[in-house]
Formats: sequence, structure tokens, C-alpha cells
Amino acid sequence: MLVYLSVIALIPLAAVVSKSTTGGWSGFWDAVSNPQAVSALKLTVIASFIVVAINAVTGTLIAWVLVRDDFPGKGIVNSLIDLPFALPTIVAGLTLLALYGPKGPVGVNLAFTRASVGMALLFVTLPFVVRAVQPVLLELDREAEEAAESLGARRLTVFRRVILPSLTPAILAGSALGFARAVGEFGSLVLLTGNIPFKTQAASVFIFSQVESDNVAGAAAVSVVLLGLSLAVLLVMGYVSRRVVRNGG
Amino acid sequence: MGRYALRFAALGYLGVLLALPVGYVFYRAFEHGFAAAWDSVTTPAAQHAFWLTCEMVAIAVPLNTLFGVICALVLVRQRFRGRALLSAAIDLPFAVSPVVIGLALFLVYGRNGWFGAWLLDHGIQVIFSVPGMVLATIFVSLPFVVREVVPVLREIGTEQEQAAATLGATPLQTFLRITLPAIRWGVAYGVVLTTARALGEFGAISIVSGKLVGQTETLTLHVENRFQAFDLTGAYAAAVVLALMAIGTLLAMNVFKPKEGTR
Repeated sequence: MLVYLSVIALIPLAAVVSKSTTGGWSGFWDAVSNPQAVSALKLTVIASFIVVAINAVTGTLIAWVLVRDDFPGKGIVNSLIDLPFALPTIVAGLTLLALYGPKGPVGVNLAFTRASVGMALLFVTLPFVVRAVQPVLLELDREAEEAAESLGARRLTVFRRVILPSLTPAILAGSALGFARAVGEFGSLVLLTGNIPFKTQAASVFIFSQVESDNVAGAAAVSVVLLGLSLAVLLVMGYVSRRVVRNGG
Repeated sequence: MGRYALRFAALGYLGVLLALPVGYVFYRAFEHGFAAAWDSVTTPAAQHAFWLTCEMVAIAVPLNTLFGVICALVLVRQRFRGRALLSAAIDLPFAVSPVVIGLALFLVYGRNGWFGAWLLDHGIQVIFSVPGMVLATIFVSLPFVVREVVPVLREIGTEQEQAAATLGATPLQTFLRITLPAIRWGVAYGVVLTTARALGEFGAISIVSGKLVGQTETLTLHVENRFQAFDLTGAYAAAVVLALMAIGTLLAMNVFKPKEGTR
């Protein structure tokens, strides 16, 4: 079992780390501080943070509507949430491009803009927060809410003071998974964003272009940064959500 | 009033981001008639891509299922040093970009890679051929079965297994008659997720396949290829085939998904 894991995953990842330092520390630093690499990493990090922030709101909203509201077709909407997990990312990119690209029927052309990067990431990360918040919301005890309401709290206050604190760990956990996913996303960006260096080229696409042009060491260096980034966020969010739970949230 | 506003906002967001784009691709695939769409997904290249994708799934899913069940058993039933580390290592594919996974395999199994030269000397080409693509598919879909089976194993506990063992069952009998039936839905759900991920793999395969039409081109690569050749009907039609497969797995997910209150 360890052999399987090593042959498939661990040894190859070690090779990436090893390759990134073939030129020593200075080689690594040169590759990572190359302006195009910096621009790609910056775009990826900023876009991922924005997308995670939007997801935290919309994901909670969707989970809320799916749990507390009732309308015909709710079951279909509920299974639709998982579609971004099931749909190949290249198809996701193509569908967005067809509708919101040049000659699209709605008359907005987002293709090859920074907004298209955000939209692609929103599409592929949609389920994370919803699926994290939904079960918590289902289990939530309604008594505290009713008590607060009977004591005269307005509905927004009830949500902010009573419901939201219980949801926070789930929102954070879902956001962390979404962030890790957004940082590494590739397939949905390939067709939609045009991969214009310094404008719409995200880190994963930059890595791909470096491999294609035979700069494998440079690609490995940026890969290590990307790897460190998503691991760090997963660890920090895990730590934070454990703390929130322990403090009785 | 507030309730309708929230419902409208949530459904509107899902419609604009999800339902409309996916629906529109179905429309575009068939806008020149069903025959045109059918012709473009039955070209030799498209058919080859379809069967290659099926081949990837047929190899990666059973291997990852076997590995996943064994791994989950080890993680839950055994105590050893480094267990937390192993658990974290299994989740790595979730945190690693598919492109990085492709690069990683390229560095080890490529012509100038750690094992690649030796393997080539022995007549095995991994990168730019099917074995590398199988490795990539296995890598990206590695954690799903483990992650679905571990919580189920935790929940069922060991009482029945111990009872079987005291009554003289061999470990294999205990596993086949007690453990496996108890975890079967978790395994099934994990298999569905693994299949979905394996079907749609693109980033890692882009790097390790070399994208040779009719040889190492999977269905996802075929979508990209058709789009870049300005064959929009071909791209949309192939995308619809993948989308239908995705919807199929989605339906299977709903059948196998652990539901509240059923356990």
C-alpha cells in the first residue's frame, strides 16, 4: 500500500521539490521572482481570495434556501449543486465561454478578461461551502432561534448572533477546500481566459506554459510555491475551525 | 417577502453560473441538427478518445477502490506511528494542482526522469503514452474511496468483527461476511466520485499524454483540440457526451449518497 502511494504520488511530488532546487536557492528564487511568474501567482492568490469570499456568502445563502425554504424542484436544484464536481473542468470552461464569450447570446463578452478567471473559479468551487454548511444547518437546534425571536430579536439579529456563529466552522472549512481547489485550477481556465501573460494567466497555466517551453525547473519552482500555498491554507483553516469549535462557537 | 428574495437570489445565482451555461452548450451542440452532432462524435478521433477515456476509468477505478478499502482499513483499525502523516499524504491530491501532478509524473517517468530512462531501456514508455496517463488518472482520483470508507468504518465499530473472530471465522471470512457488507454503500459512493474525477481529468493528462490525436487523446483533450481547430460543433458535441456522463454519475451519487437518518 505504501509502495502504491509512493510510486503514484509521493516520489513524483518529491521530484518536483527536488527539481525546483536544481539551480540552488538562487535558481529557485530567480524562477519564482520572474515578473511573469509573480504576476501569475498574484492573480491566482487574489482571484482565489475574492472567489472564496463570494462563495462564503453565496454558498451559505444557497445552503440556507435548500434547508429552510421549500419549493417545487428543490430536489433537482439540490443535486445540481454537485454538477461542478462531476462535470469535467474543460467542459465547465467551454460552457461559460459559449454563453459569456464572444458572439454569446447574452451580449456580454467576458472571455480573456480577469473577470473570466473569477467566473471559472466560482463555477468549479461552488459546491464546497454549500456542502459544508448544509448538514450543519440541518442539525441546528431551532429552539435558540425561537427563544431569541420571542425575546424580540429581529430576524437579521437572530441570524447574525445565533445562527451564524454555529455555521462559522463549516463556512471556514468549505472555504479552505474551495481555496485549495481554486489555487490549483487549470482545466476551466484554458479556453476561457486566453492565458494572456500579466493579465489573465493564472499560476497553473503559467506552469503548463513553462513545461511546454522546456523550462521544467522554473515550472517546478512555481509548483512548489503553489503547493505550499494550498497546504498552508488547509492547515490554517483547519486550525482556526478547530479553535472556533473549542470556544463553543 | 424576505424568503422569496433569498430564494430568488440563490436560484438566480445558480441559473446564471451553472444551469444556463450548461444548458446552452446542449443547445449549441444540436443547433445544426442531431445528425451533425452525431457525425462529429463518431469521427475516428472522437471514438478513439471516447474509448481511451473509458479505458482510463476501467483501470484507475478498480485499482483505487482496492487501494482505498485497504488503506481505510489500515487507517481505522490499526495503530501505528505516522498514521496522521499517512492520512494527510492520502489527501495530497486534493491540494495539488492537476498541472503540478502532471509535472511530477513527468519528472519521475519522463525520458530524463528518475526512473524514466531505466524504464525506456526496458522498452516501457510511460510519458507521452498510455501508462503515464493511467498513473495521472490514478493520482488525481486517489483519495475518494478512502475518504468515503473511513467514516463508515469508524461508525460500525469492531464488535461484530470480534464476535465473528471468536466464533472461529478467518480474517478473510470476517472481512467478506461482516465488514464488506457494512461498508458497501460507502465504497459505492467513493467509486462514483472516483469515476467522475477520472472521466474529467484534464490538467495532468495534458502534460503526460503529449496529446497525440488518435493515440493519447482522451475525450477531455478532444474537446480542447476540436475547439482550437474551430470545429465548434465537434467541441460542443464532445462536451455534451462528457456532460451526459457527468449527469449519469450525478444520478448515481444521489442513489448512493449517505442520507440522514438511514444509519
